[in-house]
Amino acid sequence: MQQVFNGLVSGSFYALLALGLAVIFGMLGVVNFAHGAFYMLGAFGAYILLTEAGVNFWLALVLVPLALGLFGVILERLLIRRLADLDPLYNFLLTFGLTLILQDLLKREYGVQSQPYPPPISATLDLGLFEYPAYQVFVLGCSIVVCLAVWFVLSRTRVGMIVRAATERPELTRAFGIDVGRWVTPVFGFGVALAGLAGVLAAPMRAVNPLMGADLIITVFAVVVIGGLGSTFGSVLAGFLIGVVGSLGNLYVPALSQTLVFILMAAVLLWRPAGLFGREEALT
Amino acid sequence: MLRIDRLSAWYGEAQALREVSLAVEPGEVVTLVGRNGAGKTTLLRCVMGLHKQLTGTVEFEGAALPALPVHRRARLGLGWVQDDRGIFASLSVEENLLLPPVVGPDPWSLKRVYEAFPRLAERRRFPGTKLSGGEQQMLAMARVLRMGSRLLLCDEPTEGLSPLLVQQIGDILREIKTQGVTVLLIEQNVHFAVTVADRHYLLAEGRVVESLDNAQVRAREHELLEYLGI
Repeated sequence: MQQVFNGLVSGSFYALLALGLAVIFGMLGVVNFAHGAFYMLGAFGAYILLTEAGVNFWLALVLVPLALGLFGVILERLLIRRLADLDPLYNFLLTFGLTLILQDLLKREYGVQSQPYPPPISATLDLGLFEYPAYQVFVLGCSIVVCLAVWFVLSRTRVGMIVRAATERPELTRAFGIDVGRWVTPVFGFGVALAGLAGVLAAPMRAVNPLMGADLIITVFAVVVIGGLGSTFGSVLAGFLIGVVGSLGNLYVPALSQTLVFILMAAVLLWRPAGLFGREEALT
Repeated sequence: MLRIDRLSAWYGEAQALREVSLAVEPGEVVTLVGRNGAGKTTLLRCVMGLHKQLTGTVEFEGAALPALPVHRRARLGLGWVQDDRGIFASLSVEENLLLPPVVGPDPWSLKRVYEAFPRLAERRRFPGTKLSGGEQQMLAMARVLRMGSRLLLCDEPTEGLSPLLVQQIGDILREIKTQGVTVLLIEQNVHFAVTVADRHYLLAEGRVVESLDNAQVRAREHELLEYLGI
């Protein structure tokens, strides 16, 4: 039971990252390889704010995602937009290059050792069956609330309607008077902000180091594929699912725990090529 | 209202339109008739801005269209009814109706849409593509009427519909004509075309080969149907 809970906490990060990736992929058709680096920047942002300016965790939780969102907006305007009409491979190369640059910049400054970040809540909660660190419970709650909020915006608001339409058929959406290009920048910024939020949440419980995102992003790509490319709902659900599967795998078949996610991905792709919640037409 | 002058269009090396010139006056319903591959759909796509490899002029109420992005054309009053109906699967029926902004002076209200198409009202919470083909066609027409578009570009709205539904599409086209909406319509069924349209252009191999009125089409119906392979 405790392992399931551990899994849900890991899943919180997968879900937040996969959600951002899915929204960006849907709206821009860009596989954002730099998503892991943005997550890493989020954690470092919190760390630097704390050590250099004494800004506490709670303030960082608000400031860092905002700053990263702005960074994403600039990046989209400056670089990603220029590649929009080219083969998606170019944007893959761009974001991959960006990842290396960001990682090396931080490596230069901080090396590859992990930087300590004190947990903002040190209490434990009695969950009946076992004691659990309160901070981890907060992370899980935070992730669920954010995912629900995004779901609400996507399914119930006019902005969400436009994002869904533009994700499905961008050219047709323009033919109905919607300036899709105008929505691309904020959506990208928002996806990056989500990665930043995940990064800040990770700082007190994961090792803050320049490669923390690179380790995670491969799993998150598997999560997005399992959930179904372009399906935000699928990505979130698959995020929590993979968290739990990975955690149980760790307990019962430790030798396989790293590969389990990819075995699951292969199985899902054989069974449903579009992923659990993907639409078949998204493949063409 | 719409003036097309020496419009040529290509798909890579292949030329799909060859110096097409035609005009549509306000309040007219004009059809484009021709075999598959004659360039009818390409012509509509050029007007909407969905096909970009072109030369020549396209003017809508004096505004040069090729310089304008697609969404601006929609906001000027072009209403798009795509050949595959263009219904969004990830939007409900009602969201499909509400997605486009209102652009014209005389838009249909949601209430009027639902009175005219009770079936859409019943299914307004369903995903758009869960409707039958005929219902999707009604939705596609209703959507541009709710926008208040003044020039509808309809790519074969009757294709694959039962005679009853074809008749219903005809009723809608005649109704909006009295409202002053202009329509450029692709229609293979000339028998149906004469019941809704004022004039017809016959396209072949990317050219306008003939301009016909209803009497001429009626007189030559058998010949035309045979030519079109219907």
